[in-house]
Amino acid sequence: RPPHLPAGINRGSALSLNGHGSDSSGGHNSHDSGHGEGHSPDGLQIVSFKWHHVEAPYIIAVWILVASLAKIVFHMSHKVTNVVPESALLIFLGLLLGGVVWGADHSASFTLTPTIFFFYLLPPIVLDAGYFMPNRLFFGNLGTILMYAVIGTVWNAALTGLSLYGVFLTGIMGPLQAGLLDFLLFGSLIAAVDPVAVLAVFEEVHVNDVLFIIVFGESLLNDAVTVVLYNVFDSFVAIGGENVTGVDCVKGIVSFFVVSIGGTLIGIIFALLLSFVTRFTKHVRIIEPGFVFIISYLSYLTSEMLSLSAILAITFAGVCCQKYVNANINEQSVTTVRYTMKMLASGSETIVFMFLGISAVDPNIWTWNTAFILLTLVFISVYRVIGVVIQTWLLNRYRMVQLEIIDQVVMSYGGLRGAVAFALVALLDPEKVKERNLFVSTTIIVVYFTVIFQGLTIKPLVSWLKVKRSEHRDPLLNEKLHGRAFDHILSAIEDISGQIGHNYMRDKWAKFERRFLSKLLMRRSAQKSRDQILNVFHELNIKDAISYVAEGERRGSLAFIRSASTDQLVNVDFSTQRPSIVDASVSALLRGNPSSVCLDMQAIEEKRKSVRDKEDTLSHHVLQQYLYKPRHQTRHKYSRHAITPNTEDNKQEKEIFRRTMKKRLESFKSTKLGVNYSKKSIKNYKKDCMPRKVNPEYSDIEEAHEHEVAHQDIGISFIASATRQALAETYNGIDNPTFISDENVMVRPAIPPWLSNEDTVVPSQRARVQIPWSPNNFRRLTPLRLSTRSVDSFQMADGPVPEHPRMTLPEGTHL
Amino acid sequence: MGSRASTLLRDEEIEEIKKETGFSHSQITRLYSRFTSLDKGENGTLSREDFQRIPELAINPLGDRIINAFFSDGEDQVNFRAFMRTLAHFRPIEDNEKGKDPSSSEPLNSRNNKLLFAFRLYDLDKDDKISREELLQVLRMMVGVNISDEQLGSIADRTIQEADQDGDSAISFPEFVKVLEKVDVEQKMSIRFLH
Repeated sequence: RPPHLPAGINRGSALSLNGHGSDSSGGHNSHDSGHGEGHSPDGLQIVSFKWHHVEAPYIIAVWILVASLAKIVFHMSHKVTNVVPESALLIFLGLLLGGVVWGADHSASFTLTPTIFFFYLLPPIVLDAGYFMPNRLFFGNLGTILMYAVIGTVWNAALTGLSLYGVFLTGIMGPLQAGLLDFLLFGSLIAAVDPVAVLAVFEEVHVNDVLFIIVFGESLLNDAVTVVLYNVFDSFVAIGGENVTGVDCVKGIVSFFVVSIGGTLIGIIFALLLSFVTRFTKHVRIIEPGFVFIISYLSYLTSEMLSLSAILAITFAGVCCQKYVNANINEQSVTTVRYTMKMLASGSETIVFMFLGISAVDPNIWTWNTAFILLTLVFISVYRVIGVVIQTWLLNRYRMVQLEIIDQVVMSYGGLRGAVAFALVALLDPEKVKERNLFVSTTIIVVYFTVIFQGLTIKPLVSWLKVKRSEHRDPLLNEKLHGRAFDHILSAIEDISGQIGHNYMRDKWAKFERRFLSKLLMRRSAQKSRDQILNVFHELNIKDAISYVAEGERRGSLAFIRSASTDQLVNVDFSTQRPSIVDASVSALLRGNPSSVCLDMQAIEEKRKSVRDKEDTLSHHVLQQYLYKPRHQTRHKYSRHAITPNTEDNKQEKEIFRRTMKKRLESFKSTKLGVNYSKKSIKNYKKDCMPRKVNPEYSDIEEAHEHEVAHQDIGISFIASATRQALAETYNGIDNPTFISDENVMVRPAIPPWLSNEDTVVPSQRARVQIPWSPNNFRRLTPLRLSTRSVDSFQMADGPVPEHPRMTLPEGTHL
Repeated sequence: MGSRASTLLRDEEIEEIKKETGFSHSQITRLYSRFTSLDKGENGTLSREDFQRIPELAINPLGDRIINAFFSDGEDQVNFRAFMRTLAHFRPIEDNEKGKDPSSSEPLNSRNNKLLFAFRLYDLDKDDKISREELLQVLRMMVGVNISDEQLGSIADRTIQEADQDGDSAISFPEFVKVLEKVDVEQKMSIRFLH
């Protein structure tokens, strides 16, 4: 078996980056400025031109600089970047530069070598993808992703290879020195969807979360398949077609499992290692970020060394370590890691695409065979479409969220090939694979076609489809409004009925994770504050503080300190002064998001000329802009080019949350106590109540951990506020005990030590399987125990104790 | 039914619920386990606090109203039957139900009933009309803080204008249905319950 990919650098016949550079600069070698003709200068050289000395790093630095400068130039023109995806622009630039180099040198000095690509350019991109992967979405759709990645890729590879072979047999392609295995090999490397290209294009087309994660996840996970297929067929070709036995085929299948699972395990091991290490880096804050990169990179290399799937390794390293690393290292380090990762990934991607352009300008490798190239293009597109359709049909029978036609279109059309395919084909040995040059040329054409053509047209295609699907009439205000209301209603019902996010496995995992992993891998201080409630509280407070100060600066006075109106949950009274920021002009709406395709049908309708009177248009725009978004429409958080999370959603959630809590508190108070509580206490109370999980979107809500029921059954508190019960199930870590200073029996809760580190927040979307009925329904045991029982203490305390609250478990507890 | 439903889910009950709501056996048991997990008091009914404990509802603009929709008038507890009855509104409409027995009462998840559910969310005072104030309230809930009251008022006015046919400056249920006739309510108000 030939060694795994980059180990085959020795076989790589593409010229190295440094290869011929020296020739062109050879003249500078022995050239010393100043006097001295031969090798030995007479005197001391004050200044000398030592090109050779710096050649290698200089060239690298210059290329990186060129790529970055190109990015600046591209982004100067919004119009261009709106239409043409950046990757395409970079390829064009590469072609141009390649032409220049060729013209100057008549030899291809710089190409994208597999070594450089696999060792230096690809890891940052994949690590970035893994580290910022929305875990909940990813694992929620893992089944779908795996199906597309594995079965889809195998399907594509096999069919493409076989079809090409079939056509070859008919002779259309002319005489080629290739056998079935060569075609299968080619099929395997051209079939895989490329993460780099997909990311680059989906940046531009903002699709919904689920779709994005499926395509993206597929592109990442199909590496295992590609690697196995490639290696297997490569070695088959080496052995020679006749000598392949059934045993070899079986070995191939086995190697798939070994490669994929092994790669994943290595990634996980290194993630654990990284998390563990960051637990102790408290005193070396400055180099904390370094650990993340080094250890992740090591996971990649280790996996390569063991000929397992390196991409899977580094992906899972990123996926698994996110949570712990973010909890362990301090905030500045978190930011540093994020920015560095984005920078490396973005930079690598730029260089990759540019070099894809440059590498094409090399007449040595060009072989043209119309039939082959055309047919390859046709086959990969057609088979992808068929594959997607069939698999989607199958999957939709088991999926909660259905994949619709438009999703399938995006999925098929968005299956781009990119640099990975190119690097793989460049690795082929021309001795063994005679038609290597043809394959290389074809791969280049395919990559260009998908990246440029498909990248260019996917946006218009999607908007056209979305628009087409909608009815060709302007929607009524009513429809818009009520439609949005329906969305909210649906989300709420889904949450109530526990349909989404409800998963037995996930619960078990969360429990395990909480008990063992977190204790092992997270810093003590992080564990305490790991409570999501507190984090959100913390975050909200920081944001409030920032806006507080900002507002103060804006107003130029400290007047805001004194305002303590009840309406404000923060000590700032902005509302009266806040100008109506509604800029309802159409251009403002459009300006809002120039580079994203708005897949909201109604917004597109708006952009079209509508034959309505101005006020009507105004109303529509205002509504469009300000209606809260329902859960499913929120944008995906992943972006190569921007780090800030979607502050819009946070803001929306914050607003709604505050309002809801206020209302609940008021209604509860008025019904139960009828007491006129002081304004101050509300504020304080609210601050306590703030720490409630507000981010269902993010992966962490599942970390609402299962409380130990045994503990919680103890005692039912006298706490009169069931609302507060609902909100702050725990005061874990919160040191602000000044809650409602009421006339009522409201004693400070003393947190028993065994409860203090337990999260007792009720998980939102879970049906507990086992509710062990413990005979601990001690009422009035201690007034201060925080319990998660539904404690409307007035009612229950005075009512008769139910004798058999629940004797048996509900029967159908299957999940 | 009283404030306490039976603690066990007996087969007869499942059958009854099945007939009334149209859910399948496995769906009912699955939803029952969800019901019991929400029921912290373990008394077989859900109170408002049980619902409010679901975090996502706190950031849903219509969360509290939807919670109220589960409770019938004057009641403070929801038993399982009522729970299922409300959820039944959101079952997808199946084709084979459409042509069924015309004499039997409309299934809970018919288009009409779905719209009625939504209508009731708006119509707090239950006078079968959505008045301007009620609409304003809902609008305010669904819209950020950046819109001034006047603008919101004008949006509400236009909305009523669009739908109002009998000129009473309020939206009655038939008007509500009419104005939404082109909306695919079946799809927008349905969720696929897991089996």
